[in-house]
Amino acid sequence: MSLTRKSAAELAALMASGEVSAVEVTQAHLDRVAEVDPKINAFLHVDAEAALEQARAIDARRAAGEELGPLAGVPIAHKDVFTTIDMPTTAGSRILEGWRPPYDATVTRRLREAGLVILGKTNLDEFAMGSSTENSAYFPTRNPWDLSRVPGGSSGGSSAAVAGYVTPLSTGTDTGGSIRQPAAVTGIVGMKPTYGGSSRYGLIAFASSLDTPGPFARNVLDAALLHEAFSGHDPLDSTSIDAPVPPVVEAARHPDVAGLRVGVVKEFAGEGYQQGVLNRFHDSVELLESLGAKVVEVSCPSFTTALPAYYLIAPSECSSNLARFDAMRYGLRVGDDGTRSAEEVMALTRAAGFGPEVKRRIMLGTYALSSGYYDAYYGQAQKVRTLIARDFEAAFQQVDVLISPTTPTTAFPIGERADDPMAMYLADLCTIPANLAGNAAISVPCGLADEDGLPVGLQIMAPVLGDDRCYRVGAAVEKAFESRWNGPLLKEAPAL
Amino acid sequence: MTTTTTLMPYDEALERYEPVLGLETHVELGTASKMFCGCATTFGAAPNTQVCPVCLALPGALPVANEKAIESTIRIGLALNCSIASWCRFARKNYFYPDMPKNYQISQYDEPLCTDGYLDVEVDGTVVRVGIERVHLEEDTGKSTHVGGATGRIHGADYSIVDYNRAGIPLVEIVTKPIEGADRLAPEVARAYVTELRELMRALGVSDVRMEEGSLRCDVNVSLMPRGSSEWGTRTETKNVNSLRSVERAVRHEIERQAAILSEGGRIVQETRHFHEDTGTTTSGRSKEEAQDYRYFPEPDLVPIAPDPAWVAELKAALPELPSVRRKRLQQEWGVSDLDMQAMHNADAIDLVEATVAAGAPPADARKWWMGELARRANEAAVPLSDLRITPDQVARVCALVASGALNDKLARQVLEGVLEGEGTPDEVVASRGLQIVNDEGELSRIIDEVLAANADAADKVRGGKIAAVGALVGGVMKASRGKADAARARELILEKLGVSA
Ligand SMILES: [Zn+2]
Repeated sequence: MSLTRKSAAELAALMASGEVSAVEVTQAHLDRVAEVDPKINAFLHVDAEAALEQARAIDARRAAGEELGPLAGVPIAHKDVFTTIDMPTTAGSRILEGWRPPYDATVTRRLREAGLVILGKTNLDEFAMGSSTENSAYFPTRNPWDLSRVPGGSSGGSSAAVAGYVTPLSTGTDTGGSIRQPAAVTGIVGMKPTYGGSSRYGLIAFASSLDTPGPFARNVLDAALLHEAFSGHDPLDSTSIDAPVPPVVEAARHPDVAGLRVGVVKEFAGEGYQQGVLNRFHDSVELLESLGAKVVEVSCPSFTTALPAYYLIAPSECSSNLARFDAMRYGLRVGDDGTRSAEEVMALTRAAGFGPEVKRRIMLGTYALSSGYYDAYYGQAQKVRTLIARDFEAAFQQVDVLISPTTPTTAFPIGERADDPMAMYLADLCTIPANLAGNAAISVPCGLADEDGLPVGLQIMAPVLGDDRCYRVGAAVEKAFESRWNGPLLKEAPAL
Repeated sequence: MTTTTTLMPYDEALERYEPVLGLETHVELGTASKMFCGCATTFGAAPNTQVCPVCLALPGALPVANEKAIESTIRIGLALNCSIASWCRFARKNYFYPDMPKNYQISQYDEPLCTDGYLDVEVDGTVVRVGIERVHLEEDTGKSTHVGGATGRIHGADYSIVDYNRAGIPLVEIVTKPIEGADRLAPEVARAYVTELRELMRALGVSDVRMEEGSLRCDVNVSLMPRGSSEWGTRTETKNVNSLRSVERAVRHEIERQAAILSEGGRIVQETRHFHEDTGTTTSGRSKEEAQDYRYFPEPDLVPIAPDPAWVAELKAALPELPSVRRKRLQQEWGVSDLDMQAMHNADAIDLVEATVAAGAPPADARKWWMGELARRANEAAVPLSDLRITPDQVARVCALVASGALNDKLARQVLEGVLEGEGTPDEVVASRGLQIVNDEGELSRIIDEVLAANADAADKVRGGKIAAVGALVGGVMKASRGKADAARARELILEKLGVSA
């Protein structure tokens, strides 16, 4: 079997036993990038030489008898919203085209410390705003299952790269579903850790109170290994939780749900949900019951107000977070011809450098925070946020995890929703509550929709710092489905 | 400015209107590192050398609050008799300006760390209680320099350069409640408040509070209401008030200016005004009537501040002696009058006198030199006393030399002059300028003989019993010795030589 078909854990074992070198593994994946990326456009930047250099360093350290981490030498694709000192960082925006950060994000630094080999930076919706990667200022990424469809977003480059067997692992960030939704529509595993469980330092902010770095992988164990590698307390992020990382790898190795109480969120069904998605969700419920879980229906009435609350909070924060892109210190500068004022240059740069969706959200947020509107919009949305957290708390009194479809539909065709922001926003309907409350949530593949044969994701939500439950349940579902499917869901994807 | 400002004489203005004041003071804390990053805060470093991803607002960088700055703010609040919030948040104040890297300032909005306190200040022997509305913590901006153009302001400049060293330095904002009833003393009350506040900061050791370096900055709000009315007028906010004297002048000027406008039926524009040190006047800045919307919201990058009440109680118990209490104690210890104490306070001499006394000088001598010769010289040079190039230790040494008889007052003044001019320590100046009192009896006797020979008339008068005439002879000896003779001993010797008993 080709090296690129192997999981991260398998590759790590092969390298640890000396059967293959990190250079061989890296080269195999770089070859795959060259072969497949022109079709899916997952990467904004690939640095083959730097990747091979990292791989050589790992091989040298291993040869010197050094004790290496469990993912040493494994290739990874890094969402281009994390700063990297050796690679450009654009956040998918023209306003940062060519910017070379003078510092590494904490997640980047931890990837390097874990010995992961960074192949390059992946495409995303501009400033992580979107659900399709069509809002990238550079090009849209394509879904390996169907090149005419979106790979989800905003972390669509990362999901496509993993689903396309270009890399076994990638990073993402999840603000309203930007890891789970792309994972669901590309048939892979994507995890949003508890807010504060993974550091935001060096993650170019979209909505500070929601942004959460997390892993993508083709299976639950790989996701857990990556989760463990870059998570944990970071003194550079004041909102980072000073507590041990939940035992996610341990949980992923114990796929056991017997006696577990599972709640089905009643509000996430009905109109707007694709029948094939609901069918696969019902399969998942039956599967969990067959594995000994006790499944009950749980009502979380405030979840229906999560979407509007999110579209006030996230734009409000982004309108402020993106104010720093003003042409003064870095990035694009437009109109600086020696006659214009700083204010004019700022305005011209921002007009030229931001795409339409970013501008829409900045305007929404600026409006929502304006005096006279603050209480009605931002203030009210914060109250909804409290209600959602209470609904979660009440639900977790009754059950250990909550489940729902990850996203109401399968991957939609490129261009279908590009001019309809509301339709686009609905893609995050089921994922947003966990962001607003800061909970942990994972998406794992649960089959193909009957209508279109495209992957469907099952969302498993756990309490704050209950990340290990997501992995335990995810691993159990994965194991049971794979035995039913005779292998991973991805084997159904067309060859690229 | 092309329009001339009409002023109403102060006395007339006060007859017709009653001033209401408000003071907003910004104090740069003297923490080793900035408010939200680890950068150093040294004043005067080369531009843009004390910066990092956080204070330059590079994409992805995040703030982490400086614990020491929070502690300092709580101590300031406690010293100002404020309540300390048990839970509060930072807020973002959003506006675009090139010297503000994030284009928002991390500040506090409706949840300040300290609220509702007061500071007692003394003016003309009366204690005025100035209410404190709030004390909150925020970050400073960078510093723009506008190059070219006439005004040094952004308007009309060819280009501007920005130094981000100051960006992110912790800044405490202290806002008074409206100060009513100060009446004609309003300018003095304003000055006394800022003076007292500055001493409080020094006593707490939280800031070097140097107004000329901008580590203490003051905005002065003034409005007038007609006598007999209880409705406040429209206020103006005067910025850029960079010395204690300017605080007083700015208030006075605004009272005179506003009174002139109101008396002619005019309307006060709610605006920011700039104070001009050279002319003592204010000119119009940005109008606040088209109020800027700062779109405040709680800072999501920082966790709330929740000071442990036990810790706050500890900080309170450990507060140093406050300046007003200390002044009362020192006044007793030194045995000086209210008037003398007030004079020392106004001259900013208390710390210097105290340090001089601590170095061994008798309080009366220490006060005499600082408030006399040294105050005169500071005044001549138009610098604060503390900027004179002499230390309290050196002044104490001069006092000791006088007490031992090695110097008289006249020589001592020359020693002080030498030290101020950088000639070295008092002992070095004595040596290099040859300022020892003449103690050599032979030398003194020789000088006296010369003086008696040159002033035979006066000598005869003394011999004839007109003892008072001896003064002229002693004067002659002092002159001939260039002040180095011991006058008392010279008098004795003269009388002896003339055969007259004193
Ligand atoms: Zn800094």
